[in-house]
Amino acid sequence: MKIKLLCLVIFFNFSVYATSNEILNESQIHKNLRCLVCQGQSIADSNSDFAQTLKMVVKDLIKQGKTEDEIYNFLSEKYGDWILYKPKFNYENFLLWSFPYLVLVFGGFIIVFLIKRRQKKT
Amino acid sequence: MQKTIKLITVSLLVFILGIFYLSLNRSSNYDTKFLVGNKLTDIELKSLQSKEFFTNDDFKNNKYTLINFWASWCAPCRVEHPYLMMLSKNKDIKILGINFKDKKINALKFLEELGNPYDYLAKDNNGKQSVNFGIYGIPESILIDNKFNILKKIIGPLNEKDIKEIKEIIKS
Repeated sequence: MKIKLLCLVIFFNFSVYATSNEILNESQIHKNLRCLVCQGQSIADSNSDFAQTLKMVVKDLIKQGKTEDEIYNFLSEKYGDWILYKPKFNYENFLLWSFPYLVLVFGGFIIVFLIKRRQKKT
Repeated sequence: MQKTIKLITVSLLVFILGIFYLSLNRSSNYDTKFLVGNKLTDIELKSLQSKEFFTNDDFKNNKYTLINFWASWCAPCRVEHPYLMMLSKNKDIKILGINFKDKKINALKFLEELGNPYDYLAKDNNGKQSVNFGIYGIPESILIDNKFNILKKIIGPLNEKDIKEIKEIIKS
C-alpha cells in the first residue's frame, strides 16, 4: 500500500513538474517575442490580433516538440531578428554582445593604470 | 601611456557617437522585405470553397504566383481590389487569395460585389498560416516564381506602381 502511494505521489509530482515547466517555457517565450504591431510590447503583454496569433503558433510549435531555440529560429526566419527581444549571437550582433566586455576590460585597464600612478606618486 | 589612454578614449567616444548617428538615421519602420530571395516551403492551405488543400504541388507549374492576403472587413483590401482584377487578366501569373480571419459568407459576398481575381481561393481562419508567410497585417502580397523563391513582397494595398513592377518582373 505504501509503495503504491509513493508511486502515486512520484507520478503526480512529475506530471505537475512537467506541466509547470511547459507553462513556464511558453510564457518565457512570449516575453522574448516582440509584438510587431504594438509600441514596445512583447506578445505576452499584448492582446493585439497579431500577438494572439503568434501565441497560438508558439503553442503549436511546443506541442510539436520544438525547443525554445527552434521556435526563435523559425520566427526570426519569418520576421527577422527584430521579433526577438534578446538578439542572437552572430557576426552581425558580435559587437553588441562583446562591447560591454570590451568596455569592462578597458575600464579595468584604466583603473589599474591610475592606481599604479598614484602608488608611484606616494 | 597617458597619450594612449586619451587616444583610446577619444576613439571610443567617436565610435559610440558614430553608432548613435547611424542608428538614428536608419529607418525605424519595420517591414519584412528582407524575405525577398528566401523560399516558401510547406504551403498547406485549406480551400475556401471546398474541403481540398492547396500545397506547393498546386503552384509549381505556375510561372509566377501572387499570394494575396485579404479579408472582407479590411478597407485597404477594397482599395487594392481593382489592381488585382487588372493583374488577373495577365496569363503569366496566377493569383492565390488567402482569406484572412474572415467569415466565408462575407468573403464570397465581397467577391460577388467586386469581382473575383483569384485563381485559387484559400482560407486562414485563425491566422496561423499567415505566420508561415511572414505576414503581420493585411493586405500583404508575395510574388513567387515556380521554384517558390520570393521575388517581391508588398506590405499594404497594391497600387499602380506595384502592378507595374510586378508586370516588369513577369516580362523579364
